[in-house]
Amino acid sequence: MAYEEIINGLNLKDTELRLGLPGTEEEEQQQLQEVSCVRSNKRQFHETTDEHNLKEESSPPAKTQIVGWPPVRSNRKNNNKNVSYMKVSMDGAPYLRKIDLKMYKNYSELLKALENMFKFTIGEYSEREGYKGSGFVPTYEDKDGDWMLVGDVPWDMFSSSCQKLRIMKRSEAPPAS
Amino acid sequence: MGASSTLLMVSHGHCLLCFSCLVTLIAHFESHLKPFLFFLSISLSLSFRRLSVSVLMGLRLPSKVLEHIISFIDANEDRNSVSLVCKSWFETERRTRRKVFVGNCYAVTPAAVARRFPKMRSLTLKGKPHFADYNLVPDGWGGYAWPWIEAMAAKTPSLEEVRLKRMVVTDECLEKIAASFKDFKVLVLTSCEGFSTDGLAAIAATCRNLRELELRECIVEDLGGDWLSYFPETLTSLVSLDFSCLDSEVKLSDLERLVSRSPNLKSLKLNRAVALDGLESLLRRAPQLVELGTGSFSDDLDQEALSKLAKAFAALKQLKCLSGLWDVLPEYIPLLYSVCPRLTSLNLSYATVQMPDLVDLLSRCSKLQKLWVMDLIEDKGLKAVASCCKELRELRVFPSGADLDETDVALTEQGLVSVSEGCPKLESVLYFCVQFTNTALVTIARNRPNFRCFRLCVMEPFAPDYRTQKPLDEGFKAIVERCKDLQRLSVSGLLTDKAFEYIGKHAKKLGMLSVAFAGDSDLMLHHLLSGCESLKKLEIRDCPFGDAALLENAAKLETMRSLWMSSCFVSFDACKILSQKMPRLNVEVIDEHPPETRPESSPVERIYIYRTVAGPRLDMPEFVWTIHKTPEIGVSNLAIKHCCGRFTFHTLYLISILFPLRC
Repeated sequence: MAYEEIINGLNLKDTELRLGLPGTEEEEQQQLQEVSCVRSNKRQFHETTDEHNLKEESSPPAKTQIVGWPPVRSNRKNNNKNVSYMKVSMDGAPYLRKIDLKMYKNYSELLKALENMFKFTIGEYSEREGYKGSGFVPTYEDKDGDWMLVGDVPWDMFSSSCQKLRIMKRSEAPPAS
Repeated sequence: MGASSTLLMVSHGHCLLCFSCLVTLIAHFESHLKPFLFFLSISLSLSFRRLSVSVLMGLRLPSKVLEHIISFIDANEDRNSVSLVCKSWFETERRTRRKVFVGNCYAVTPAAVARRFPKMRSLTLKGKPHFADYNLVPDGWGGYAWPWIEAMAAKTPSLEEVRLKRMVVTDECLEKIAASFKDFKVLVLTSCEGFSTDGLAAIAATCRNLRELELRECIVEDLGGDWLSYFPETLTSLVSLDFSCLDSEVKLSDLERLVSRSPNLKSLKLNRAVALDGLESLLRRAPQLVELGTGSFSDDLDQEALSKLAKAFAALKQLKCLSGLWDVLPEYIPLLYSVCPRLTSLNLSYATVQMPDLVDLLSRCSKLQKLWVMDLIEDKGLKAVASCCKELRELRVFPSGADLDETDVALTEQGLVSVSEGCPKLESVLYFCVQFTNTALVTIARNRPNFRCFRLCVMEPFAPDYRTQKPLDEGFKAIVERCKDLQRLSVSGLLTDKAFEYIGKHAKKLGMLSVAFAGDSDLMLHHLLSGCESLKKLEIRDCPFGDAALLENAAKLETMRSLWMSSCFVSFDACKILSQKMPRLNVEVIDEHPPETRPESSPVERIYIYRTVAGPRLDMPEFVWTIHKTPEIGVSNLAIKHCCGRFTFHTLYLISILFPLRC
């Protein structure tokens, strides 16, 4: 779906079916701003440019990055560059989890891991009807901020564009296109 | 000359030295030496690293005997105490000291150290302040190893061991070491930078009796893996090799041959570029390894290769420490099961191991004493650690996403509470967490009063107790009240001046304290400087205190190794005043802009203050300002009130190090 969008160059964002609660993005932005303005009588933090922001214009505004905080040595941070930790949330589960997408070679490995992690079954995937046979639908947010169904695009494209994963309750997900 | 009939009594700890040994020693001496009665008891409290000496002497103690006795004393702190007793003890001690430790390379000149300890065999030096690890010290600040290497090459050429931390080491330095110290054995560089693999080649090629070459988290200009091939075929003395921080691939066949001809090799830490097949081949040649750092752990292996690797691991009967494990795939974790029951140290902080693979691994490590892991372990994993790893002494939990991020609650304060409950020997903790509660801290303190090192990093600056929204003052109060032996502490989260009042009041053994984004006023610093008797290193960032507390407690600074302050409200004026009143402190203002161009009371960016007998340093870059650079700058009237020029005991201590006491 997103693949076609790029090729045609049309911006179908406004009319696109999005898998996500309305207003989700804005909420997150507000939270971030609250975080950085707690003590206004304090000295301002040193700010560095947020690398991610230079690349993606459509993502939320820069989180204030403080020099040398958290106090982690740069070689640790550098090591983590090769690892892409993805947040995974599941509707109804108390905790967010993190996974490293690079550990999986295809969708079935990933889905199996998710099933193990959250103790649920994902159901059968079909291109036409999405996931059948379970109360949950795995979705992900891609580089453009769109929420997509996991499995619709080739694995390599998915693993390079996936930012976040969310396992939605079937009742919340709009019907598959 | 010689100890007089002085009675020195400083009692501490318990008596370890065997008295009969002394009696035998005395009996050994010829009877032409005046027979004398003396009662000599030395109680060495090795575990507390303090030498207590009670001496009741009838007549002088022959220097040979004294030398012999002092040779039993190893720890530097003890030797420092010995050297303060009187002139002859100072002389005897300095002529026999082999291991020299200098905690701040600018506190004393290389020439002075070389002159004082002619028999030096081992030199340990520390350079940049700790916050340099987090990019708070600009490049080019200092910490150069060259002057030290040059001085030792000239004065103490029998130097065998050099250990440097946070220093700038050039290829020239390494070449000088290789060329000057004929019996060079040990080079350990921790968090150093400034050299390339060419320098390593020089060490490898020239040091014929090299035993240890360890590069721990250094920033090295990597010109390729050839350096390893410079170890000559005649080198068979290697005991420890750590090149884990290098990027380039070394020639496997050369590494294999090196390992094969090193029967004493106990510690091998590979870099990420060494693949699993290489690992297998190396392990086969070194089944005696005690410490292993693997390379990348993620290649595709067929069944045969897997079983070979499993066999190689199973053959490591002496293995105690395991690290590396970059990119380890979950299906390879069972390969490690055979070594788990013997492991005492496991560093998974670069390994992307997640739950439940982590639990499978850790539940087999019943002897584990040291565990470094990422927050992927989650509370659940730490609970498993608490029930399986009863010998645990040190735990470090690092954040997997190193940027300030949204709340990720899989690792919470509960994890640390579980470990504090389940692991009775736990004494050292470094814990990164998004938020915390006072209750958790109080529980942890109650469970584990034996903490020596407690470093909590609540990653959200100013984060209060997330349940009560109160500051974390009460939580840290519990920590310092209960943990009477606390030597190192890092605080975080929302903290008022009260927290520091508690720290000043209770943390009497605290040697090092790190503070960030905390406190309300000058009181905070005042509490710390006036309360913490044992404080040696204090590092503070982004705290709202100014000149008053600093100037009021100026004398305290000479009793400490160093004080770092950045993004606080200290003015250049205060720095000038402090520097003028305390000539034995170097007060360095590290600022992009010349401080004089700032308005008088405007705060400077960073200050680094340290005691020194070496005077102002001669290698300051342009962004470091001291009054020695611009001596004609005057002092405002306001400052005269804050003068603290009285000599303290500690100043005398410093002088006595250089100039022998007269009895």
